[in-house]
Amino acid sequence: MENPRHWRLKKQRYALVGEICPHCAVKIFPPRDVCPECGLEAKTSYQFSGKGKIYSYTKMTDGPAGFRQNAPYFVALIQLNEGPMITAQLTDVGDEEIKIGSPVEMVTRKLREDGDQHGAILYGYKFRPVLQEVSA
Amino acid sequence: MREVAIFEIGQTPVSEHWDKSLLELAGEPVLQIFEKTGMTSAEAIFVGNMLSGSANRQLHLGAYVADWVGAKHSGAVHVEAACGSGGAAFRAALMAVASGDVETAIAVGVEKMTDSPSADISSELAGASDADYERDMGLSFVALNALLMRRYMEEYGYRKDDFAGFSINAHANGVNNPNARFRYPITAEAYAKSAMAADPINILDASAMGDGAAAVLLVPLDRIADRENAVKVVGSGAATDAIAIHDRRDPLWLSAAELSAKKAYRQSGLTASDIDLFEVHDAFTIIEALSLEASGFAERGTGARWANLELISPHGKLPLATMGGLKARGHPVGATGIYQVVEAALQLRGEAGPNQVPGARIAMTQNIGGSGSNVYTHILRR
Ligand SMILES: [Zn+2]
Repeated sequence: MENPRHWRLKKQRYALVGEICPHCAVKIFPPRDVCPECGLEAKTSYQFSGKGKIYSYTKMTDGPAGFRQNAPYFVALIQLNEGPMITAQLTDVGDEEIKIGSPVEMVTRKLREDGDQHGAILYGYKFRPVLQEVSA
Repeated sequence: MREVAIFEIGQTPVSEHWDKSLLELAGEPVLQIFEKTGMTSAEAIFVGNMLSGSANRQLHLGAYVADWVGAKHSGAVHVEAACGSGGAAFRAALMAVASGDVETAIAVGVEKMTDSPSADISSELAGASDADYERDMGLSFVALNALLMRRYMEEYGYRKDDFAGFSINAHANGVNNPNARFRYPITAEAYAKSAMAADPINILDASAMGDGAAAVLLVPLDRIADRENAVKVVGSGAATDAIAIHDRRDPLWLSAAELSAKKAYRQSGLTASDIDLFEVHDAFTIIEALSLEASGFAERGTGARWANLELISPHGKLPLATMGGLKARGHPVGATGIYQVVEAALQLRGEAGPNQVPGARIAMTQNIGGSGSNVYTHILRR
């Protein structure tokens, strides 16, 4: 795949760096330089905690080119604790049931291998279930 | 702006046309129009298509198609708005005639999908989403719609089977459409047993890809002798929303569909209750439900209650997908918006055969690009 394109996204993919609006304090991910709430310039970097809750999810029984060998896998819309929604794969899903509202946290994993295209291995964020604390 | 009417239509069956190229497909419905009208060219041609750059390694379809149909001196351009490309091409042709710039404009939608392996097409269709933040996370287009469907079911308390009526209706209508990809009925049992594509979307929730092409010829209304019976385009609305679902304030509300429908209603002086039939964008049953809500036919959270044949068959209160819809006629993505207009025109002319909606005078079409990010709504009236 296009290596410079992925290189430009490294802060977002590896560290979940978005933005915070200096005018209305809304937190923004993915970064877009214009605040979606107040419309003013918002270029201040902000690193997200990587914690959130599942808004919705699905299990893909087949994957598009580049992901096919990983199927089946889960993908989700995740509401980050700081506000924005993010689209990502779920990983490390054990026996516990995934549900809307389940807490998840960001980890860095391999996203895809473009073996037959440009040999690039793409890493980035995925989210894994947060083990619920068991009360003693 | 002057009044515009549909002068003639053409379409080719949606199928796996192994023997036909992108160009041959695009040419067929246009040449049908030329044969029916005795015309040999049009002043402007708008070619709606989504995937030719990746699936067929051919761009610049304006000149490519115009040359093929013998209209090489016309003004011609390739129009792309993902799955909404056909609707976008139709609207462009409408603007060209309505503005007074040209006297004849053809909108042709074409898609040639079956030359590519399905994993490649799946990846290319995902190009309708945000490449950096949706597609490269491994989501197919089906998966994006599955995320909407699961959330919708959870928020409003629907069961999976509640959506079956949409697909059963589409297939029942496809039986009588010689241009439909699927011409067999399905049952509620078949729907319940259908294999999951991306839970909760099963194979029978999803429209079928295919090769296809359809075309319409638009002219000023005053060029038509029998104005009373002409199919007039009385409303046209386009609107966009964030391309990525996660960037929308309310993922379960198709605000672009709402805005485009409102524009079309305002322009035509009509409301949802005036519509005799609706060629809805049933790419997935969930999108059909969300479109009914956004377009003013159902309250929020109640769109799925329309999945009932008594309401939506050709004799129902609001006939939907009257010639099979995307589900059974098939969804050759960039051509779909034109098929919808062709089918609506057939209904208004009284030429829809066994699927004729009795007394149909006003039809609405809605073509949705991406997961709700680019929407074209049109209202036709006889
Ligand atoms: Zn702001």
